Amino acid sequence: MIETLKNTIDYLSTPTISFTLITAIFPFVFPPTDWFDRINRKLRIDKLWTNTGGLIQFILITGFFVLGYQDPNFKIILMKGDNFPIVLMVYSMAFFTWYAMKKSYINDARLDEGKKPMEYHDPEDKVLVWPDLVYIEFICLILFMVFLIVWSILVPAPLEEPANPAATPNPSKAPWYFLGLQEMLVYFDPWLAGVIFPTLIIVGMCAIPYVDINKKGDGYYSFKERRVGYFIFMYGWVVLWVYLIIIGTFFRGPNWNFFGPFEYWDPHKLEVLNNVNLSEYFWVIGLGQPLPSNILLRESVGFLVTGIYLFVVPVLLAKTVLKKMYEAYGPTRYTFLMILGLSMLSLPIKMYLRWFFNLKYIIGIPEWFFNI
Amino acid sequence: MPEDKKKESLLDKVGNSPVWKSIFRSGVPRTRRQRMYAVLGNVFLHLHPARLPRHAVKVGYTWCMGGLSFFLFVVLTITGILLMFYYRPTVEYAFTDIIDLGEQVPLGIMREIHRWGAHCMVLTTWLHMLRVFMTGSYKPPREFNWAVGVILMTLTLLLSFTGYLLPWDQLAIWAVTVGTNMARATPFLGSEGPGASLLAIGDINLIHSASDVRFALLAGRFVGEATLLRFYVLHCIAVPFIAMIFMAVHFWRIRKDGGISGPL
Ligand code: HEM
Repeated sequence: MIETLKNTIDYLSTPTISFTLITAIFPFVFPPTDWFDRINRKLRIDKLWTNTGGLIQFILITGFFVLGYQDPNFKIILMKGDNFPIVLMVYSMAFFTWYAMKKSYINDARLDEGKKPMEYHDPEDKVLVWPDLVYIEFICLILFMVFLIVWSILVPAPLEEPANPAATPNPSKAPWYFLGLQEMLVYFDPWLAGVIFPTLIIVGMCAIPYVDINKKGDGYYSFKERRVGYFIFMYGWVVLWVYLIIIGTFFRGPNWNFFGPFEYWDPHKLEVLNNVNLSEYFWVIGLGQPLPSNILLRESVGFLVTGIYLFVVPVLLAKTVLKKMYEAYGPTRYTFLMILGLSMLSLPIKMYLRWFFNLKYIIGIPEWFFNI
Repeated sequence: MPEDKKKESLLDKVGNSPVWKSIFRSGVPRTRRQRMYAVLGNVFLHLHPARLPRHAVKVGYTWCMGGLSFFLFVVLTITGILLMFYYRPTVEYAFTDIIDLGEQVPLGIMREIHRWGAHCMVLTTWLHMLRVFMTGSYKPPREFNWAVGVILMTLTLLLSFTGYLLPWDQLAIWAVTVGTNMARATPFLGSEGPGASLLAIGDINLIHSASDVRFALLAGRFVGEATLLRFYVLHCIAVPFIAMIFMAVHFWRIRKDGGISGPL
């Protein structure tokens, strides 16, 4: 019984399956349009954000960790000192997402009734910082310090063997908060996963206030007024960041192979990798010719595809489906949004191309370290 | 009048003494007016305005996460200073000093508080960002402060990352090796980055493994003694210094942008 459950969880957590599932479910959990919202309410998914829903989430997460703790393989990973913060991350992320969504739904209901959001108070009715705020801060601070000291007494900070440049551990992992980036290395070369994407993430995050032209929902929790914003942010945050961190920490073993949570980290596990470049698909498999020796000719298909993706698709969209959006946003904002959006989307696209077609590079010029 | 004197509590006596008044400028804050003075007249408290809208002091609204991030920064600074008394950033001593910190130093949990606190600070800044997003508090006029926040978060990650190397154990050098290997692939500036071969004078490549950004980061071709010193200085002086400047801007801008956000 337990074994079947474990095997099911192992199976479901394979990136191919878990990523697809999460992505497919996501718009129903954070519905960006009316249509999704109707289904969300019909299936009563919005009940996730009630007290009962929160309790169920809590029980599921805790159940997973309890089950995991009893499993010899998962316990090893779970008990690594520096992995504990990730357990904390899972709980706090779940809790605060739940809490914010709960407040948003309460406010939405109030707004529907024509009332003000619950954060609203008479502007004349102010409180004094001393004592009202100072005391709250003080209590927060004390409680947090108690928590930190107890944690520090109970769990010694991890320390492994002294550094030895000759003995590379397998797997070698970056600190946990960078594991999302390290996970991207599976699908992209370091110049993209390690340099360009982090830069785009930082620039893109700074750009959020400048590209979001929705004036509503400032200063109170509300889902209804900012559905698309919540949806995009939550997808980037929960799936492309937190989910990848969890995969990178718990599920990546020796040689960066995937292991389900209850699988033994077998260093000899072999994964057959015969990934093929787009150029090989086109010239060798498609046209039955040897690869052209001219690099640019060889990669011309890749350049064409990438060019269409980056330069033609946004223009086409602006003329058709996203016409209204283009008019509302103006050319600069629209271009910027497209660059960021298309880069963000390129990750799932590349994942699926890899999983389904074993595609290695769309443009592959190792001679110039230029692989996409 | 002896009866009046009896009513005056010890706190009032202290509060009305010339010494107290010279330090805090107001007596024990009892009346509304005194309480406002207590905040305005104190360099630490006057980060706050004297009065706030009611929702702004609710933990349910801000989750106290920005405040906790700052508090953790302070805790990490203090514990970090204590650690610096014992720790020597050399390949010879670093690892053993870390062991001594736990075994020889009285109350040897400073390293634990520092390490777990650092992990917590990463989490609290993330959660703070989540809260700011969920309440739409980045909307005008607070756009710039959001950008400052993003930089603060990046700096928090960098602080955590540079500190990771200092214990000089296997975990440390390999995590940092994996992390800094990326720099090799920086376009134009990394020895294995696209376009690096374009930066050449005739046959001489300007960008090679001993002149690229990774070399600048590590002070060498691999993580070694010089890297340890470099990361130590970055971790203890350079990044905190920059973070402090950005925090000052962050806090000042909260006030200048009209205080904490709220519904109109
Ligand atoms: C070291 C990191 C940081 C510290 C110490 C810090 C500190 C604070 C504090 C104390 C506040 C007051 C309100 C509150 O507690 O929520 C605040 C507000 C704010 N923070 Fe941060 N913060 C940090 C990082 C960030 C990040 C990562 C972001 C966003 C990406 C951000 C954006 C903002 C904005 C926009 C406000 C104004 C919110 C409002 O008016 O409701 N901060 N910050």
